[in-house]
Amino acid sequence: MAGQRRNEIGRAVPLLAPAYLWLTVAIFLPLSAMIFFSFMTGLPNTGKPWSFTLQNYAAFFQEDIYWRLLLSSLRLAAEVTFWCLIIGFPAAYALAKLLKGRMREAIFLLIILPFWSNGLVRIFSWAMVLREGGLLDTTLNAILPFKISIDLMYSYPAIVIGLVHSYVPYMVLTCYLTLQAIDDSLIEAARSLGASRWQTLRRIIVPLALPGVIAGAALIFVPVVGSFMEPRILGGRTGTFYGTVIEDQFVAVFNWPLGAALSFILLAVVLVVLALASPVLRRATS
Amino acid sequence: MAHVSVRNVSRSFGAHKALDDVSIDFPDGGFYALLGPSGSGKTTLLRLIAGFDFPDEGQIAIDGDSVERVPVEKRRIGMMFQNYALFPNMSVRDNVGFGLSVRGEPRHKMAAEVQAALDLVQLGSLGERRPHQLSGGQRQRVALARAFVTRPRVLLLDEPLSALDKALRVDMQFELKRIQREIGITTIFVTHDQEEALTMSDRIGILRDGRLVQEGPPDETYERPGSAFAATFLGDANICEGIAIEGGIRLANGTEINIEKPVKGCTRCAIRPERIRIATSGAPIPAGDNRLHGTILRRVFAGNIITYFVDCSGLELKVLVQNDGSIQPYINDAVRLHWSKASTVPIVSD
Ligand SMILES: Nc1ncnc2c1ncn2[C@@H]1O[C@H](COP(=O)(O)OP(=O)(O)OP(=O)(O)O)[C@@H](O)[C@H]1O
Ligand SMILES: [Mg+2]
Repeated sequence: MAGQRRNEIGRAVPLLAPAYLWLTVAIFLPLSAMIFFSFMTGLPNTGKPWSFTLQNYAAFFQEDIYWRLLLSSLRLAAEVTFWCLIIGFPAAYALAKLLKGRMREAIFLLIILPFWSNGLVRIFSWAMVLREGGLLDTTLNAILPFKISIDLMYSYPAIVIGLVHSYVPYMVLTCYLTLQAIDDSLIEAARSLGASRWQTLRRIIVPLALPGVIAGAALIFVPVVGSFMEPRILGGRTGTFYGTVIEDQFVAVFNWPLGAALSFILLAVVLVVLALASPVLRRATS
Repeated sequence: MAHVSVRNVSRSFGAHKALDDVSIDFPDGGFYALLGPSGSGKTTLLRLIAGFDFPDEGQIAIDGDSVERVPVEKRRIGMMFQNYALFPNMSVRDNVGFGLSVRGEPRHKMAAEVQAALDLVQLGSLGERRPHQLSGGQRQRVALARAFVTRPRVLLLDEPLSALDKALRVDMQFELKRIQREIGITTIFVTHDQEEALTMSDRIGILRDGRLVQEGPPDETYERPGSAFAATFLGDANICEGIAIEGGIRLANGTEINIEKPVKGCTRCAIRPERIRIATSGAPIPAGDNRLHGTILRRVFAGNIITYFVDCSGLELKVLVQNDGSIQPYINDAVRLHWSKASTVPIVSD
């Protein structure tokens, strides 16, 4: 028994090696460098003298602007995840259980499309839609009898709209995978036992699809907390979030050590959030 | 308690007619067995009655009311699926209790009913297990308990006992029959096992390629098969083909077979293998019996019975003999076969 198990590991090593080699080179080494930077007063390649310090981390706790921004980033991520769920789950359900064949492929393509387009193109097309005199404004004014002015550009809703659009495919995909794995006869069995459509959804479909929902939520929540492109372009002045501050440290202020430290604090916070959520989620899925 | 009537129902999948103009009355409180080869439309018929699917033509009524517009959950049926369809996210207890809990039954009452149902299928101690921790036969019994615990009007069972071993199967057949009689549920039961169909049901229907080819009480269906298919599908039969003569048929080898109730122009007849006797040498053969001389080709020993394949000048007949301890013939022995005219059933269709 034990020998056999050792054998299995032996066989797994050559299969895992490329992945781990790649992760070491591409993720682990740069990440280690970043950790190193985060404890320095300045970058060594600038020629100025440098030393080790905890000041970069201390800054986060000394100035409340950072944790205020982190809180609003967490809130943004929660909201975006929520809307992705509200929009993505029904779509995934329709794809997995209601549509068949050609129709399913076509609708699938439409949902996956944002994945294939460049992120910047996507955001700037939203800018065209949302600004005053833009597509949304013009269309609504053409239809409605009264005059309204819609200028969502450079506002919080614009950021949410842009982010939801970018990330909803994750939710659709993960939910679709778990939903289509649910045998139709389970749904029929529930109905035959007297459960209404709603009861069937709540007691059979949602619990069985929960792993997909959670995977989708994690895939969306984590990158959105650190997002900077959408807030900056669609949010304008209102678009200052934790992610944009980090970006500033790297590309504008050139304070890499502070940027690195803020990044690792974000990583720690995200891990804590996921760790706090996991027992709840585990109970829900089991 | 309900009477189910299926009237001229057809259902096609693309060009394939899964059900073709089927009409059956399922009597109130009766136990009806649906038999038929794989793909003959048995599951399709159950799904139509349950309301998972809808007929292209024809009506289905429960207690005289058309159920065309009644959704599945309002039909008050209990369905047991061919693949069991147990909810993997729930314990055995919650699976069985699901139907009661969606009706909002109080907790303590529900717990008692669920326990009683589990005891009935002999799974009383496995309530906390998950479906994936059960054997195939245990899963089947959970599915059965789940289907009847809500006291449905109609119980639809799609091969409910196929995964069980012989002893458990006989046990469950007995329990199922007892539950059915006790609650008086109209039960429609799909099975591949002809013995099960014969022993358990009040009526049998045989489907073939989406058509109902024979229907009636078990004994009548067995004794008077209307077609060669029904004769060989339900039980075993020797089918003899020849030309029609007065009072019977003449085979190609010249043998004449007499039929008690001949049908004019009928060229085929069926004889059940257990109705054919091998005459012990010298013993008299009852007057009026059909008789043939033959040689034993093969012999299959199955414990309580022995099957002989006997060659009667070109006609091969299968004969079942009770292994009652008397001296039995062996391969290449010459034997005399005989059977009564009443045991010879005229066959008019395929
Ligand atoms: N959803 C479907 N789409 C297309 N064809 C179907 C569908 N359901 C059933 N059929 C076809 O209809 C015919 C009858 O199927 P059905 O499941 O009723 O057979 P059955 O008598 O239950 O067979 P078995 O004993 O193997 O369970 C089969 O030829 C099957 O391929
Ligand atoms: Mg079937």
